[in-house]
Parts: sequence; C-alpha cells; structure tokens
Amino acid sequence: MLDIIGVEKTFNPGTVNAKKALNGLNLHLNEGDFVTVIGGNGAGKSTMLNMIAGVYPVDCGSIVIDGVNVTKLPEHKRAKYLGRVFQDPMTGTAADMQIEENLALAARRGARRTLRAGITPKERKEYKELLKILDLGLEERLTAKVGLLSGGQRQALTLLMASIKKPKLLLLDEHTAALDPKTAAKVLEISDKLIKENGLTAMMVTHNMKDAIAYGNRLIMMNEGHIIFDVSGEEKKSLTVEALIQKFSQTSGQEFANDRALLS
Amino acid sequence: MQIFEQLLSALPGSVSQGLIWAIMAIGVYLTYRILDVADLTVDGSFATGGAVAVILILNGCNLWLAMLAAFAAGLIAGAVTGLLHTFMGIPPILAGILTQLSLYSINLKIMGKANQSINVNQTDLLISLRWVKDFAFHNPLITVGLVLIVLIALLYWFFGTEMGSSIRATGINPNMSRAQGINVNFNKVLGIMLSNGLVAFSGAFLAQYQGFADVKMGQGSIVIGLAAVIIGEALFGKIFKNFALRLLSVAFGSIIYYIVIQTVITLGLDANLLKLLSAVIVAIFLAIPHWKRQYTQTHMKKHKGGKTHA
Repeated sequence: MLDIIGVEKTFNPGTVNAKKALNGLNLHLNEGDFVTVIGGNGAGKSTMLNMIAGVYPVDCGSIVIDGVNVTKLPEHKRAKYLGRVFQDPMTGTAADMQIEENLALAARRGARRTLRAGITPKERKEYKELLKILDLGLEERLTAKVGLLSGGQRQALTLLMASIKKPKLLLLDEHTAALDPKTAAKVLEISDKLIKENGLTAMMVTHNMKDAIAYGNRLIMMNEGHIIFDVSGEEKKSLTVEALIQKFSQTSGQEFANDRALLS
Repeated sequence: MQIFEQLLSALPGSVSQGLIWAIMAIGVYLTYRILDVADLTVDGSFATGGAVAVILILNGCNLWLAMLAAFAAGLIAGAVTGLLHTFMGIPPILAGILTQLSLYSINLKIMGKANQSINVNQTDLLISLRWVKDFAFHNPLITVGLVLIVLIALLYWFFGTEMGSSIRATGINPNMSRAQGINVNFNKVLGIMLSNGLVAFSGAFLAQYQGFADVKMGQGSIVIGLAAVIIGEALFGKIFKNFALRLLSVAFGSIIYYIVIQTVITLGLDANLLKLLSAVIVAIFLAIPHWKRQYTQTHMKKHKGGKTHA
C-alpha cells in the first residue's frame, strides 16, 4: 500500500542550521497495516508523515502509494489518497465553518470542485448518521461552527473527515498529544474503531509507548531519520514498555558506540 | 434647520454613492475577510473599470456590455496580482501594490489622457448624478440598488457551491484545505480575480455617475472599502450571521459611510481633510479588536494573580 524508498531530507541545507531529518528512509506497508511510530524528539517521525503527505519535497528517493508514484505530486493532489489528522486540533478543521460544511469539504477530497451545491440535503442526513459513531452528541449540532467545539471534539471530527473517503492511507501525527488523558483515550478509541470498521491502512505517531504497544499490528521505532526497529504480529503483542525502552537505548547506544569508534 | 434641509436634499446623492461603493466594498470583503488577504490592487482596478466603461461607451458600445467589459478588466487585474503572489511568491500586499502601480500606466493608455469626461446630455448612460431625484429606473438608487441585490444573491449562491466553499476554507485554514485536496493557490487567484472584477464594475458605475473617469479616481479606495466592511460589521455583526446578510451589512456600511461624510462636509469640515479623517477612523476601528484582546488578557492575568495570592 505504501513504499518509501531511500528518502532523504535535509532542512536548511548549506547553513549552520542544516538538519538531516530523514536519512535513507525505507518502509513498506501492507494493505490493512496499522503501524504505530515511536522515537525521540527530532527522530523524523513527523517529517516522514509530512513527506508522505507532500508538505515538503524530498531531496532524493521516492514515495509510492498503492502503486502510484506520488513523489512529485503537490500536497493537494496527494490528498485524494490520504486522510490526515494533526497534533494541533486547530489545524484539521475550518473553525469558521459549520460541522456539516467541514464534512462536505472532506467528502469532496480528490474530486473536482464544481458549481454544484457545496452540501446537499441527502448529505446532511448521512453526516448525522456518521456523527453518531463518535458518540459526542455532534449529530445534534450539524450547523454549529467548528470553532465552538472542544479540542477533543475537533480531533474526533477531523478523524471522521479523514476517514470519510476511505483513504488508501490514514496519517495520524500525534493527534492525541494536545488533549487531556481522558479525552486522548476517547479519541484513540474512536481512531481504532474507524480504522477497523473501514479496514484502513494507518500510521500513528505517538509519544506514548503504552498506546504504541496497545494499538495496531505493527510498531516501528525511528532514530536519526531512519527506522531502527520494526516489529509486527505476535512479537509486537508481547512487547512491554520496559523492553521497548531497553531496545531504544540499546539500538541508539550501539550507534553511538559506532560513532565514537569512527571518531577515535 | 437649514443644515438639516441641506442634509436631506443631499441624502439621495450620498445613498447613491454609498450603493456604488458598496459593490466595491463587497469586493474588498471577499479578499480581506474571506481570503484573509489585504489586496491593494483595488486602487488601480477601480479606475480601470471606470476607464474601460467610459471609453467603450464613448465608442458606442452597449451600456451593459461596457459594464461587463469593465468587470472582465478587473478579473484580469486580479489575476495578475494573484499570479504575482502565488506563482512568483511575492507577499500579497506587495503584489497588489505592483499591480496597482502598473495599472496607473495602463489606465492612462486606455483613456489616452488622465481624465476622460462623458456627458450625459450627449451620451446615453445607465446612471447619472443628475437623475438621483428622478422617479424612474435610471435613478442610480434604483439601478444600482437592484444590481447590488442581484450581485449579493449571485455571491450567496456561489459561496455555497463546492468551489465557493473551498475558497472560504482556503481563507480560513490553508493547511486544512490542502489536506482536503483543495488547490489553495488556484483558489486565491480566483478569489482575488472575483474581488477586482467587482471593484472594476463599481468603478464603471461611478464613472457614469460622476460623468468622468480619472486615473486617480481609485486613490485610497481600499480605505473606503475597509471602512464600509468595518462599519457594517460593527453595527450589524451581532445580528447578521447569514452570509448574504453579512454582504448586505457591508453595503449598509458603505451607505452609512457616505452619509457620515456628507454630514461632516455640510457641517463645514474642510473637504481636504476627508481622506485623513477616513484613514483615522479605519485605523481606530482596526485597532479596537486588538485593544479588546489586550484588555481581556491583562484582565485575566490580574484575575489569576489574585487567585494564587488568596
């Protein structure tokens, strides 16, 4: 479903602030994979998701989604393959538009936007049913401005918008990090439900190791712009937080030792 | 009492001007409020609309066709600014200034001179200030008023379509729009085009109304447009939530602006000070939301501090 082949990205190249964010990144996702992504700050997790979405161009390498090479496509043209939820609840929705208008915008992702009605009465009924899945009472507030919703409600709505067109790939970029623990748990639950019910392929970046273990069928750990650890199936199910932390220091520690060996 | 009579007799003229400028102000609303871009092209495209209409009418063109041509000229001017911004990466304010400056030359070329008069006695016109008290369709109050209603209806329809909704989304949240597959750059160009089309259309009306087009007729028009938008929001923002009503409040803002201007002139204010007055009023109204925010912030801080001490 997704192939990332030898992708590299350096921000601010040629300056003192040069930062190699992705370094020879390779990844293959099968259809239906739900991958959790962990790693330290600056490991390249968010950059990887932004590269897939086309927020920045790659320096080299290629990105293929469901057999289509999207490496050179601009962000808005890749959107038809993707559903995205961001860390900041403000990013994923248009605050000054109604709940139903936001859903209608998402429902037209990948289609040409014509002079037909922006939202039809039939859609309104569908959205009402769809919003019931969230169990947040939003189905009674179809015409409320999204700016009036809480962060958790906005993230839940963004999730619904992201999955409404059954994307080839759902990208969740620390989408619960800005929420309080209780709301975060609820949004995670909704994410899991939507992914399972729609049979989506998904990637979820998280800082919470417990969540990374509990959700999905596969886990990858990133460090210094590439993947250092990749487990799936039974092996992933038996992971513990301790084992993961040990693995992290062990793997990055080994690299550290190698670097020192090179330098000395 | 005499002043009151003077004001009353000047009222149809002020309202007519207000209606003409309302079309321009709605154009400003599209960029300033919907796209969240301050577009200064309008100072040039307003005069372009007047110039194109006057020259075409003098050459015997159908009046409504001349209006349509003025609208098209505005669309082109807007496209230039839009492309300078999106394709060439120039900040929108600067892009607008560049287009506005080049339009000065273009407007001179269209008219062949700085000022081109069009006499209502010799040429048939859609509206004229001489007819403000006539009880007939060619009274500017009726013609422009009806056109304004049609335009608001058309814009209300357009911004409810798939394309129009995506333009609104572009202005509110470009990141979200891209993630939903919206071509943000295309929409910005389209929005700026539409805005300048309306502005030029308004300029075409004003040129007929006052009986001439002038290269300087658009000078400072962005301030008048902003004043109308801001006055409309300040007075009707709380009650008018619907999009069509919001556009209507911009129109009311424009009419009120011209009535106020007419009043201060009648009361004896030096007309040379008008632009200064307009700029000061707009500056203050633009500052009010900022001051409000600052006030509530410091107020909240004090409140919090009090709590921790208690």
